[in-house]
Amino acid sequence: MCQVDEEYNGQLEHRVTPRVSKKCVKCKENTAVLIIRAGDAFCRGCFKEYFIHKFRAMLGKNRVIFPGEKVLLAVSGGPASSSMLSQVQEGLSRDAPKKLRFVPGIIYIDEGGASGQSMEERERAVAQLESVFRATNYHYHIVHLEQVLSLPSSVLEAGSSATEKPQTGSSYKAAVDQFIQTRKNQHPDLSVENAQSHPSSLSMQEVENGGTSPITPEQTQALQRLFASVRTLTAKEDLLHTLRQHLILHTARTQGYTKVMMGDSCSRLAIKLLSNISLGRGASLATDTGFSDPRYGDVVIVRPMRDYSSKEIAYYNRMFDIPSVFIPGLDTKAQDKASIQHLTESFVTKLQTDFPSTVSTIYRTSEKLNTACPPQNTHTQPSAKCLLCVCALDTKLEEFSAYQATLISEQLSQRRGPGPGFTPGTAAAPGLPPASSASQCCYSGGGQHQSCMTGEGGCCSSAKEPETVDLKSLLCYSCRLTIKDMTAEDALPQYILSEAERRKRRSQMREEISEFLLDEEEDEAILRVNGSL
Amino acid sequence: MPVLCSSCAEKRAVLKRPKTAHSLCKECFFWAFEEEVHQTIVSAQLFKHGETVGIGASGGKDSTVLAHVMKVLNERYNYGLKLLLLSVDEGITGYRDDSLETVKRNQQQYELPLKIVSYEELYGWTMDAIVKQVGLKNNCTFCGVFRRQALDRGAMMLKVDKICTGHNADDVAETVLMNVLRGDIARLRRCTAISTASEGEGVVPRCKPLKYAYEKEIVLYAYFKKLDYFSTECIYSPNAYRGHARTFLKDLEAVRPSAIMDVIHSGENLSVREGVKMPVQGTCGRCGYISSQALCKSCVLLEGLNRGLPRLGIGKHHRLHEKILSQQPLTQKEERKLKAVDF
Ligand SMILES: [Zn+2]
Ligand SMILES: [Zn+2]
Ligand SMILES: [Zn+2]
Ligand SMILES: [Zn+2]
Ligand SMILES: [Zn+2]
Repeated sequence: MCQVDEEYNGQLEHRVTPRVSKKCVKCKENTAVLIIRAGDAFCRGCFKEYFIHKFRAMLGKNRVIFPGEKVLLAVSGGPASSSMLSQVQEGLSRDAPKKLRFVPGIIYIDEGGASGQSMEERERAVAQLESVFRATNYHYHIVHLEQVLSLPSSVLEAGSSATEKPQTGSSYKAAVDQFIQTRKNQHPDLSVENAQSHPSSLSMQEVENGGTSPITPEQTQALQRLFASVRTLTAKEDLLHTLRQHLILHTARTQGYTKVMMGDSCSRLAIKLLSNISLGRGASLATDTGFSDPRYGDVVIVRPMRDYSSKEIAYYNRMFDIPSVFIPGLDTKAQDKASIQHLTESFVTKLQTDFPSTVSTIYRTSEKLNTACPPQNTHTQPSAKCLLCVCALDTKLEEFSAYQATLISEQLSQRRGPGPGFTPGTAAAPGLPPASSASQCCYSGGGQHQSCMTGEGGCCSSAKEPETVDLKSLLCYSCRLTIKDMTAEDALPQYILSEAERRKRRSQMREEISEFLLDEEEDEAILRVNGSL
Repeated sequence: MPVLCSSCAEKRAVLKRPKTAHSLCKECFFWAFEEEVHQTIVSAQLFKHGETVGIGASGGKDSTVLAHVMKVLNERYNYGLKLLLLSVDEGITGYRDDSLETVKRNQQQYELPLKIVSYEELYGWTMDAIVKQVGLKNNCTFCGVFRRQALDRGAMMLKVDKICTGHNADDVAETVLMNVLRGDIARLRRCTAISTASEGEGVVPRCKPLKYAYEKEIVLYAYFKKLDYFSTECIYSPNAYRGHARTFLKDLEAVRPSAIMDVIHSGENLSVREGVKMPVQGTCGRCGYISSQALCKSCVLLEGLNRGLPRLGIGKHHRLHEKILSQQPLTQKEERKLKAVDF
């Protein structure tokens, strides 16, 4: 069969050898020191301006961060998030034109307990980062991954979004005006920036609390047991990502931050997009890779570095001495094919060297995707969201789908009983609808499936899920794959197991009272009441 | 110690299913494979009782297995379908000759009527003649575009209600990845559909009953059923993006066997932002085939061939379409641009 059934030829953009021009394309005076895209040669000063402008433009375009709002910067020590930190510093500095007006804090998650670093290595890394953080005078929070073991289960509940906050462009402007007005009238001298320049006692105290002291060897062992119970590196990386998000979310909530800034570059997002597709996360692709991610409701994730390539960031950091700290991760020493995430990274990186438009093309795909997957607002009952990643559940059996086909394959391969000899006998029912009738609901054909399921469970009875509500039923398609790679579900941290139990009880409760509920909304209202009891 | 079949628990298992990793005996594997295709057909409502269905038959493994399974299921479940094999003869010496022989043998084995439509009778050009004019590098554009229409034209000639093709899960997943790499959001949205409804004239609805069948299981099925097929990798190099996507998918499958289905699941659940421009589907001004441009791809290619301007169909020359349609002459500059071909 010919491999080409659609016209895909002649679209590849081949590597272009940049023509080195002596002068900067922007000021046309100074000697160019670097080339970012083919043909775009910049001098040092113009590159700095371009880089800084991009950050402001990204925030300015999206208008989601409000004046005076507390914003938590997630810094991993890597080049992109370190660069993000420097951009925030730049934007908040006294003499910056179009000054940024939010109140920043920093969070670093120390994952050394999962990736097998020694206590000394971890302490050294934390010390290095602390010296960077201290130089900013911002509040900062060093959180160890072990702390995930003592999270409250409430972290998995979607918070209610701050609806009183204006969301549209015009009201954003009103909020800014109001902010400036208030400051002029009430605190003519005390600016937000001034307040930050004195590191508060709270900041120091947190460092002590969050520092190395509270982590016991027992906690580290418990964390290592959890990761040892995961059989594949793919699932380990996915779980680590989920737990990290929970810790950041929890810290943001308890410390009063309403936005979290992540340092994902456009190169990182392109890899994430492709690896999430490969992990079955297509339904939440837009929230996972878009500028803002509203899934948690009260805390919104934003990705202001998404327009920078990793190359630009590397140039900038080197040229302007932005410090970054290398910290080995789960897959640092892994082979290319050790995990889906790692494989995707090396695939995209290699393709990018041959076809320099690879990353930007994939990245543009993410911009065309819908962020508002059906129930992304917080009024949806929590059970409609995945217990782990908090995305909208994508496991409803509506139309015939890959998910349903997989369930059928599983079922047909482990059916117990006599051989296939009995099959022809059960084939009495005609398999297909008559040409005249437009559509009937369900046509059963195979041996053990007879009746048509009603309700939202979908049409085909053969793919019906087991009656018992297990952990899987609370998870999205992709998180199910991760849990499937675990030797035991009950190795998960307690806060996840308790929340799972609570959701199961609530769904049983709803089952019992379902006939008395008048409609969906009523249903949820009652559940909310019960849930808070 | 022999492993027992996980399904019947009686017979010895002879294979491990690539899709689920279960160990099965031959009969249970056949049964599971066929049953899954059956479930796909009934749940996705691919056919209606009494329809005439053309099976796109290339002689390769996918279409050979498809023809076999369709025949089996049609009898087992009394679908009441009139099945026939539909083949395209591109006129490639040494390539199609062998595969067409295979299709002819299939016809006898399955007792299904066979109709072969040739490029020569449809377009007046064989692939060999096209290769002579356009060079090896670009000919896949031609055979892809021409085949798509050839099946439709053949189907209409035979008054077929639906065409089913042998596209399998690997093909679909590969196409999802390829469209992401190309940033082609319109195709990304369409490519996971199991069937295309009839839109406009000149298009027979198509479907993919093997959409959820793994390529490896198709080979296993053909192997244990001793089905006769011709190994037909296109003799010309496949398109670069598809090649990358294919290698990547194979690697993904090696890391996590469910990855093929996981990619399809992702593709099925993507939601495209409102307001993202989608090409408007219209029809070709010359032949009436579905097309987003004034002329369909195949009419443009044909025009290029007939005028000795092979590049016409290969690059993007949409603005020339109106000119061609109204039979206006091209300028010398345009002619020169369209003549150059790298071999
Ligand atoms: Zn300059
Ligand atoms: Zn999930
Ligand atoms: Zn068996
Ligand atoms: Zn070809
Ligand atoms: Zn046409």
